[in-house]
Amino acid sequence: MMNLNDVVYMDNNATTRIAPEVLEQMLPYLHDYYGNPSSMHRFGGQVGAAITQAREKVATLLGAEPEEIVFTSCGTESDSTAIFSALQSFPEKRHVITTRVEHPAVKNLSENLDRLTGHKHRLTRLMVDAEGCLDLQKYEEALAEDTAVVSVMWANNETGVIFPVVEMARMAKERGILFHTDAVQAVGKIPINLKETDIDFLSISGHKLHGPKGIGVLYVRRGTPFMPFLVGGHQERGRRGGTENVASIIGLGRACELAAANMADENNRVKKLRDKLEHGLLSSIPHSMLNGHKTDRLPNTANISFEYVEGEAILLHMDQYNICASSGSACTSGSLEPSHVLRAMGVPFTAAHGSIRYSLSVYNTEEEIDFVLEKMPSIIAGLREMSPFWKADL
Amino acid sequence: MWEYTDKVQQHFLFPKNVGEIENPSGTGNVGSLACGDALKLTFKLDDKEVITDAKFKTFGCASAIASSSVLTEMIIGMTLEEASKVTNEDIADRLGGLPKEKMHCSVMGREALEAAIADYRGLKLPMAEGEVVCECFGVTDIEIIRAIKESNLHSVEEITNFTKAGGGCGKCLDRLREILVESTHQGISLKNLAGKTKPRMTTLQKIKKIEDALEREIRPGLRKDGGDIELVDVDGDFVFVSLRGACTSCVKSQTTIKEYVEKKLRELVLDTLIVEESK
Repeated sequence: MMNLNDVVYMDNNATTRIAPEVLEQMLPYLHDYYGNPSSMHRFGGQVGAAITQAREKVATLLGAEPEEIVFTSCGTESDSTAIFSALQSFPEKRHVITTRVEHPAVKNLSENLDRLTGHKHRLTRLMVDAEGCLDLQKYEEALAEDTAVVSVMWANNETGVIFPVVEMARMAKERGILFHTDAVQAVGKIPINLKETDIDFLSISGHKLHGPKGIGVLYVRRGTPFMPFLVGGHQERGRRGGTENVASIIGLGRACELAAANMADENNRVKKLRDKLEHGLLSSIPHSMLNGHKTDRLPNTANISFEYVEGEAILLHMDQYNICASSGSACTSGSLEPSHVLRAMGVPFTAAHGSIRYSLSVYNTEEEIDFVLEKMPSIIAGLREMSPFWKADL
Repeated sequence: MWEYTDKVQQHFLFPKNVGEIENPSGTGNVGSLACGDALKLTFKLDDKEVITDAKFKTFGCASAIASSSVLTEMIIGMTLEEASKVTNEDIADRLGGLPKEKMHCSVMGREALEAAIADYRGLKLPMAEGEVVCECFGVTDIEIIRAIKESNLHSVEEITNFTKAGGGCGKCLDRLREILVESTHQGISLKNLAGKTKPRMTTLQKIKKIEDALEREIRPGLRKDGGDIELVDVDGDFVFVSLRGACTSCVKSQTTIKEYVEKKLRELVLDTLIVEESK
């Protein structure tokens, strides 16, 4: 196995390291305190009290009330719960608005609603421009009498582009339409205060903010109609059946606390590191370009295309230096087509196949940035040498 | 993460015979930038038709590069006759196997070799004459039936792994199922299929034709009014365009797109196209 200290990890939009402080707080609930929080005895009851505290910490990070927090198993479950709930709450409305660049958790769900619900739906997928941004006027035109729910991600996982969900939720609210946002990439990286918004549902995934995998949150605004997705026991006040994933809930609570404490560092130091990496790559490697809006973007993400070379080949050469990142190329996506996000932005094929996403975290250092900047030019040059489309005089 | 054999990793990290032979005896060009992988193979023959040198240039993933590299290594020293019998399975075997989703990389190697041999002999490739079944990757029925027979394929998923057909929009999956049933049960002859139906267009061909129609027929009209138009994306029959200049503020822009652009493109390119504006 490769060691934590051997790798230069720049794939934090895929998953993050569990913060040592998080793990430390989780362990007693795996070793000793195995009681069921629903039990009548004190041994179980004390676990319930710890969950209450974790719930408060999550609520604080989001600017929400503890009773608005529902623990789930992952971001995908949160997304499905929110969208199905909204559709069941308004059975007479059969129109859903989303975007062309959603994560598969929302994309594949919304595209298969007819089959999954047995009812015919109308789906509007909002276009993005070349910088990956939405057009609010187009959105306004799409909002209709029969719109049941809008689901728009807060920040895009591939480009880091931030969408104006606060404004969009307000526009939905004015028309009595429910609004869901998949915020798994945004929470912990940019400040969020749900009290000041009209957002009805918001999804979080624990492992994207230095918490454990297998834990998610769905925020449900007080007063928003709700139908559970997992039906069973009375856990989560009847909103999500199933015995609580206690240790992970405790871990997520701590992760949210840390995220609030690290927010300034993320938006200053990490952002500066990201900018240094980005400028360095774009200036030292010809025929490279940034994908996504320059400023309306998460502080940790840089998605850069290197033309005339293919992403998987780049990643595997980076892997030789223990540098971890992602690509939107076809060969890495598991399908045979390049990323739907880059295609929706109209990134030409010459560049989409050679896109690399670097996503940083508070654990990255300046030395790591320098190391990547030192290695990348020769990796790209070596592959271009081999490419039938590359000509030295391009 | 793919599970690549040591042999694949070696040929990927330290490829053999990278480059292009000057004045080659034969050249094979397969794949495209749009498809995500492409291979240019060149070789040199001596007067006894023995391959004395072979070089490649590849745009693609690790297994595409490794397949190309090992292919050149295999064919150097072979007679043209021997080389023409190399199959994609031979290439994959020589690499100690490829992940099943990556078998199409070995198929690309064999196709480039065939194309280079055909080029030397001045022959046309048979594959190009079939009916295009998969529009996304430009795969013909002849290529698909050949893969089914040669590699003994039993499912649509395997067809996709070997030829890429069906790996894009998925519209041709039903047709692939039909071809699979037909060719495994009845053993249809390849010749009868060629040219039976009107060939459909690949996405790449569509893009080229649309660009061409925009430039020659549509832009001049818009430019007269101080506007312009750009092609943003083509997704199946959906054509996304963006209006520029004076058109962006014109109240009639929707009418322009539907009544003028869409009508023209349907007339000049394909009558099922649907043009949408992307702002």
